[in-house]
Amino acid sequence: MMRKWKDDVLLCLIYLAAFFTEFLLIGILGYVFVKGFPQVSLSFLTNVTSVLQGTAGIAGNFVNTLYMVVMTLAVAVPFGIGAAIYLNEYARPGRVVRLIEFTTETLAGIPSILFGLFGMVFFGTTLGLGYSILTGALTLALMVLPLITKNTQEALKAVPEAYRSGAFGMGAGKWYMIRTILLPAAMPGIVTGILLSVGRILGESAALLFTAGSGYFLPRSFGGWFRKLSESGGTLTVQLYLSMSKAQYSVAFGIAAVLLCMVLGINFLVRMLAKKWDAV
Amino acid sequence: MCLKGSESEYQRNRSSHARGVEKAAEILFGLCGMSAILAVGSITLYMIVNGIPAVLQVGWKEILFSTVWMPTAKEPSFGIFSVILTSIAGTFLAVLIGVPLAVLTAVFLSEVAPAHLASIVRPAVELLAGIPSVIYGVLGMMVLNPLMYRLEQWIFADSETHQFTGGANLLSAAIVLAVMILPTVITISEAAIRAVPPELMASSLALGASFVQTIFRVTLPAAKSGILTAVVLGIGRAMGEAMAISLVSGNSVNLPLPFMSVRFLTTAIVSEMGYAGGLHRQVLFTIGLVLFGFIMVINLVLHRILKGEGRP
Repeated sequence: MMRKWKDDVLLCLIYLAAFFTEFLLIGILGYVFVKGFPQVSLSFLTNVTSVLQGTAGIAGNFVNTLYMVVMTLAVAVPFGIGAAIYLNEYARPGRVVRLIEFTTETLAGIPSILFGLFGMVFFGTTLGLGYSILTGALTLALMVLPLITKNTQEALKAVPEAYRSGAFGMGAGKWYMIRTILLPAAMPGIVTGILLSVGRILGESAALLFTAGSGYFLPRSFGGWFRKLSESGGTLTVQLYLSMSKAQYSVAFGIAAVLLCMVLGINFLVRMLAKKWDAV
Repeated sequence: MCLKGSESEYQRNRSSHARGVEKAAEILFGLCGMSAILAVGSITLYMIVNGIPAVLQVGWKEILFSTVWMPTAKEPSFGIFSVILTSIAGTFLAVLIGVPLAVLTAVFLSEVAPAHLASIVRPAVELLAGIPSVIYGVLGMMVLNPLMYRLEQWIFADSETHQFTGGANLLSAAIVLAVMILPTVITISEAAIRAVPPELMASSLALGASFVQTIFRVTLPAAKSGILTAVVLGIGRAMGEAMAISLVSGNSVNLPLPFMSVRFLTTAIVSEMGYAGGLHRQVLFTIGLVLFGFIMVINLVLHRILKGEGRP
């Protein structure tokens, strides 16, 4: 009898834990959306915060976020995919491979605030890029590199060996085989890695606060869109943090709601891709 | 790769141009492969180079073991002992709260839940992992801190010495951290529990153990090393988290007592890097170096566990 009673309590705890996890998500989404959506309007999305004009908006931060995502991926994706191809197709198992895998793991474990410190000193000061979107993007590129390498590597491992021997048998060179057979076959895995990276970039703030800074203006001229790379620019998440610490809660919740929508969208895409990947 | 022989034979017959392309591709991919080594190498170097000067100038005993933090005073003092202790205590509390919850949820997902319930809870865990850390901070500040303040008022109603924090204290930060490590610990524990061979559970059930007894006495012990991996990863996450807890922890340097406003290694950097200069700034880099040291130790431990498991 005692045993039955004990079993029931433990089982109850298991259900409670799962229920709590579910409740957390619903609570967070509900709270942010209820408080945030009333703040989100067309003018909030298309204006820049300005005391003179009396507007509050996040258009500038939105553009910064886009720049940040594109620039980071432009650096990290080639290196990440290249590293994965090297590990999976060229390298022979040995000390070098172990070292690359160990450092990739280490890189994935370094907290973003330390990436921020490194980026500030190395890209900002040593390379002289200052507080700029470029500094931020290079810093984030280091941060998402392991995500892309790992996902690409998994996808390459899943490509059947017969694809490779088939291509070689028909006289293809290795690079030709990689380009025309392996990469297309591994594409869903690569895209998953990229999407997860976009999620990381969208949510990042600690690594950006001291590298990309907090500028929030839109470029005024055509050339400004190019100069922007070397100017300071705060992403949505950085602006959210700053608004929160300045107790501007209505702006903060508006940004939070927009951010959560983006995160939900990416999560949805990743799941769709996983389904397609399984079906193949 | 299984066709190394025929491949090289083939390459011998090709034009030198094609061979050049092949060689260039191999070198290029090799360089990409080195980028992770280069990154970790230069981060380590920069952390040490920037973190050491302040230690030499102030003295390592003074920095590491003094509790007086007055960086901008006329006679400044740079003791980060309370900050280090806070990071350790906060991480420990977060693991204490978060891990049981996460392991039970992992058990639910892998053993207990009927398919339709698992298909609701698993996406929730994935989504929790994707929510930006600042949003956890926002929620902590707006929801958790007021609740904590009430608790504080109730506990310290008769105290004359307690400094009220408005709920922004170590306990709030630990709870937020606990929530933030949930997805990591759940996902990895679940995989570990799933990897336990079903025969093991079957024999336990056949010997007359109940389902729940089997889970706690057979399955979980068998998944021990995987769950340990999850916990160590969780510790790394908690130790390195900055933005969320900088919003909920109150941000003054104190010894880590549950209802004290505290400052972590990470939040010290976040809150002061903006205006610090000279020696003060260098000490912030020393704090970064200390944090880096902790993280590297955690990484090495993790590497050891994974190796012991027979994984590369």
